Amino acid sequence: MAKMNMVQAINSAQQVMMEHDANVVCFGEDVGYFGGVFNCTEGLQEKFGEHRVFDTPIAEGGIVALAIGMGVNGMRPVAEIQFSDYIYPAFDQIVSEASRLRYRSGGDYWAPITIRTPCGGGIRGGQTHSQSPEALFTHISGVKTIMPSNPYDAKGLLISSIENDDPIIFFEPKRLYNGPFDGDPNKPAQAWGDHAKGEVPEGHYTVPIGKAETVRRGSDVTIITYGTMVHVALAAAERSGFDVEVIDLRTLIPLDIECLAESVCRTGRCVVVHEATKTGGFGAEIMSQVQEECFWKLEAPIQRVAGWDIPYPHAFEWEYFPGQERVLEALNKVMEA
Amino acid sequence: MGNNGDKKLNIPSPRQRPGDEPDFDNVDLPEAGILKKPDIFAESKDMFDHSMGLIRVLNNNNEAVGDWNPNLKPDVLRKGLEKMLLTRLYDDRMQNMQRVGKMSFYMKCRGEEAVAVAQGMALEFKDMLFPSYRQQGLLFVREREMLAMMNHCLSNSMDNCKGRQLPIMYSWKEGNFFSISGNLGTQFCQAVGWALASHYKGENAIASTWIGEGTTAEADFHHGMTFAAVYQAPVLLNVVNNQWAISSFQGIAGGDLSTFASRAIGYGMPGLRVDGNDFLAVYAATEWAAERARQGGGPTMIELFTYRAAAHSTSDDPSKYRPEDEYKAWPLGDPVDRLKAHLIKLGEWSEKQHTELTEKLTIQVTKTYKEAETYGTLNSGPRPDVKTMFDDVFKEQTDNLRRQRQQMGV
Repeated sequence: MAKMNMVQAINSAQQVMMEHDANVVCFGEDVGYFGGVFNCTEGLQEKFGEHRVFDTPIAEGGIVALAIGMGVNGMRPVAEIQFSDYIYPAFDQIVSEASRLRYRSGGDYWAPITIRTPCGGGIRGGQTHSQSPEALFTHISGVKTIMPSNPYDAKGLLISSIENDDPIIFFEPKRLYNGPFDGDPNKPAQAWGDHAKGEVPEGHYTVPIGKAETVRRGSDVTIITYGTMVHVALAAAERSGFDVEVIDLRTLIPLDIECLAESVCRTGRCVVVHEATKTGGFGAEIMSQVQEECFWKLEAPIQRVAGWDIPYPHAFEWEYFPGQERVLEALNKVMEA
Repeated sequence: MGNNGDKKLNIPSPRQRPGDEPDFDNVDLPEAGILKKPDIFAESKDMFDHSMGLIRVLNNNNEAVGDWNPNLKPDVLRKGLEKMLLTRLYDDRMQNMQRVGKMSFYMKCRGEEAVAVAQGMALEFKDMLFPSYRQQGLLFVREREMLAMMNHCLSNSMDNCKGRQLPIMYSWKEGNFFSISGNLGTQFCQAVGWALASHYKGENAIASTWIGEGTTAEADFHHGMTFAAVYQAPVLLNVVNNQWAISSFQGIAGGDLSTFASRAIGYGMPGLRVDGNDFLAVYAATEWAAERARQGGGPTMIELFTYRAAAHSTSDDPSKYRPEDEYKAWPLGDPVDRLKAHLIKLGEWSEKQHTELTEKLTIQVTKTYKEAETYGTLNSGPRPDVKTMFDDVFKEQTDNLRRQRQQMGV
């Protein structure tokens, strides 16, 4: 075991897989010599050579198309999209190609690609470096959508993703790269070294795709969340005075509805939390499925905490960000009923 | 509209519309045989003429002339003729069957058969094909079972795409023929990725991909060209300039401003502009580019200058947007007629042989079609097992898909 932050864990996952499988290659904008703008591929080119870790032209559509073509020819490409805010030029390649290739070819062709992309706000990135576009991808049939919340899961899930034969969009909450974040920007930054999930095996291990994790046990109410908001929800749970259960989805698609339904049917109350904008967000899907499974056990309407339905505003970052107070408000509301 | 002096915006429009007399007087046609064939490692900057001119081998007397003559044996020429003719007869039959409701959709490649057939023959079987929807000739060259092609188009119980794809969006893994998308241009840069992987694995197989001239306006074209050039990928990037993208003439894609092939020069790769109705020229250009790619010389873009003689698909009526008989005025003729005339000129073919071959292939197509119908049609069935429609979304069926399948009761 070693202490790793999320950047190091993601770097380590790629290194382990490149050592493991000669067909794994990593590429993207600034990914090669420079090691990526967040250092997630730092040192990999030096170690594995410029044919396996390389820079690409600034063309997200081209990057994903290249990955698909390589994947079809037996490789396991890991493509980095520098910010998930930049992923839209690649949307056609993801929606129309990667996700449907196996289906449309009757199972003949597939592309085992992993698209890594940093998401979320809290780093003063403004509206072009802060988005959480996961719901655009959970709506597509044929791609798996993952968002870890800590170094241990990040490495284990990234290794699972690279080994998986389906296309995967791997969202990395960039605010968590260097430490857990409970939503309070005025507190000194925390480091992963002090966190249990900052203990990461150096070698190969996997965290299963499609399995949520209950990160706090409780009996009054269930918070369902993922990414950065896991830490915000945990902090709010501590302050709330209620016995709160917190579930970290880790994988959005395929959704671990069994885990969610078991918990909510037991607690009878549910709050869904995500950083992305509210309307049409993945929270809506979670709420819908949870009420389908748990309606007769619910004691109160399910509450939802999300970003406002506005672009991420640079100067009002913390007014946008759904912090602890908004989670507490929802917890109180769901417990009052 | 603002006042911008005498300058006017240019909204390109074709020279003739329905009712006009078709003519192609504006098409500059250099004589066959005048362009030299450069060394396969020639630098793109020294090949500007090949992107602005026109590589032609067959002259007006049906003789093969000049440096680019691939000197093919008569057997190879006869095979090319047969595959082009088969493609045409297959198209005719399938379109007719679409018209009587046996399938939902069809697309012919009439007038551009030489593109897929000659290019397919100039490539090796191990080379990976990333076609668009008008290169069905590639399948005939690679001896894809016609029955399987028909089964696919009929979406019947034997359709290898399991009833999930429109007719003509073939997929044939064993033949190194990629699944056709239907979204234009998406395969262009995928082919570059495939070619890189081939190089990584030391396999010496190259990739070849096709789009139409209209699709050069998509970002995918730029991605394919940029990535191929930057990484010197062993790939052939083909642009089939058949003059029409549904109802949009090639000028809407900027074809009146410069040739499509000339765009390659800016990317630092050769652009070969080829008479797409000249079997020998298409073969020779493809052979040159394939050899260059295979020996590490990097990518080549080929513009195949041709004419789409049929409708875009069964869903449009070309007489609504272009003179009905425009294809008859196409100055580069018909690819089947021209190769046939060349073989006759060589004394290697005759009208009688041609008639016999046409009859033989027609019988083959008709007979195979009848057999295909015994496996079902889209409307009358049998179709593939309906429960398979939940398969292959992912490698393994996920729980939600299993539940939805059960909800459907299958």
